[in-house]
Amino acid sequence: MSSDQATRTKQPLVALAGVNKWFGDLQVLKDINLDIANGEVIVVIGPSGSGKSTLCRCINRLEGVQQGEIRLDGVLLPEEGKALARLRSEVGMVFQSFNLFAHKTILENVTLGPIKVRKVRKAEAEQRGRLLLERVGIAEQADKFPAQLSGGQQQRAAIARALAMEPKVLLFDEPTSALDPEMINEVLDVMTSLAREGMTMVVVTHEMGFARKAADRVVFMDHGKIVEEATPETFFTNPRSDRAKDFLSKILTH
Amino acid sequence: MQALLDNLDRLWAGFLTTLAMSVAAAVAATILGTILAAFRVSPLPPLRALGATYVQLVRNTPLTAVFFIVIFGLPAVDVTFQNFFIAAIVALSVYTAAFVCEVVRSGINSVSTGQAEAARAIGLTFGQSLRDVVLPQAFRSVVPPLGNLWIALVKNSAIAGGGFAVADIAQLAPSLARDNPAQVLAIFGGIALAYMVITVPSGIAVGVIERRTAILR
Repeated sequence: MSSDQATRTKQPLVALAGVNKWFGDLQVLKDINLDIANGEVIVVIGPSGSGKSTLCRCINRLEGVQQGEIRLDGVLLPEEGKALARLRSEVGMVFQSFNLFAHKTILENVTLGPIKVRKVRKAEAEQRGRLLLERVGIAEQADKFPAQLSGGQQQRAAIARALAMEPKVLLFDEPTSALDPEMINEVLDVMTSLAREGMTMVVVTHEMGFARKAADRVVFMDHGKIVEEATPETFFTNPRSDRAKDFLSKILTH
Repeated sequence: MQALLDNLDRLWAGFLTTLAMSVAAAVAATILGTILAAFRVSPLPPLRALGATYVQLVRNTPLTAVFFIVIFGLPAVDVTFQNFFIAAIVALSVYTAAFVCEVVRSGINSVSTGQAEAARAIGLTFGQSLRDVVLPQAFRSVVPPLGNLWIALVKNSAIAGGGFAVADIAQLAPSLARDNPAQVLAIFGGIALAYMVITVPSGIAVGVIERRTAILR
């Protein structure tokens, strides 16, 4: 980690500069500038359709952008092909709908990336995979298939799958939105402990409790723009923009 | 009936030829068809165009015409095959691959996009995500239509014997009938039955494979 510490002051781990994106005529990202430091936890919030998921998906280029630059560790995201695949292996992603590989066991889900992408030996990948499953609290589910697990267990398996690649940054695209209320906390607990351990995270979520507890910075988006950026403390107690005040009044009162 | 019993050795040999030709063509058609399906979903437009053109050309050509092209057309451009048996396997494979391609492609489309996204997100290349994540699930959902294609292929192979001098079970029928005109119905019925010996158990096996490989979603 010492070399990372050195780069931390020099350059952001993730840097978005002048990013614009359109779906057809609809502009979904408008002039996004965002630097994310190593070890920083960013929570992106905003109303639906504000572009927050798209922003998240652009960071590992699951979505391309028409204008602007996105850099990881100073390197511009490659267009396509093997270079892009290599970059994606360093950016973990956790999806709203889990997307565990349905035909593979939980352990196989966690070891596929290390074996195929990192060329780790199977026995070694399995040993590390079991440790990761233990870490997210589902070691005993290793040999089951995804559909046999609860939503919360599936999402924790998905986090373990992302961690198995030892990513530089983890992206969470509404990781708890598809979960039953009683399963949300088991996933948030894992995320909170990752945040404490210094993982760089970009989290798109509606979980304000998590934002308060774990975020270094809250990014509030509306209509494809970053409207406000602040520490959670400042954002929740003293938002500057009217749009953020309006949004918070709607979600925090019930 | 007697004619069939008297020629059991020839029947058996013809049956094995039909079976060997069908199995070889099925393996080749499945491989070629899967590669074509991969072309058709590829991010590269030239590959997509190649796959689509192949399907349109081959699927709209009668199988007998494909046989004529392979056996009599290709030698004109110096592509020859060791014997009619090999040529028949080539013709059947080329023809069936077009249909396999479309079946596999619909299987690929039935796999949710999230599966491929998750595969790409952990750093798998397009080819790896297809091979390790998408295709294994795609094949499971198209076992029944692939079974149909296999059964059609076994029966289509009769063209090889009927028209192109491959000593399969279909070739045996007219020669036996010529020698035993009184037993024509029994002979052709027996030949049809021989095809069912392959296709009916195949249909049952397809059902078993479908149940065994089903995945929970």
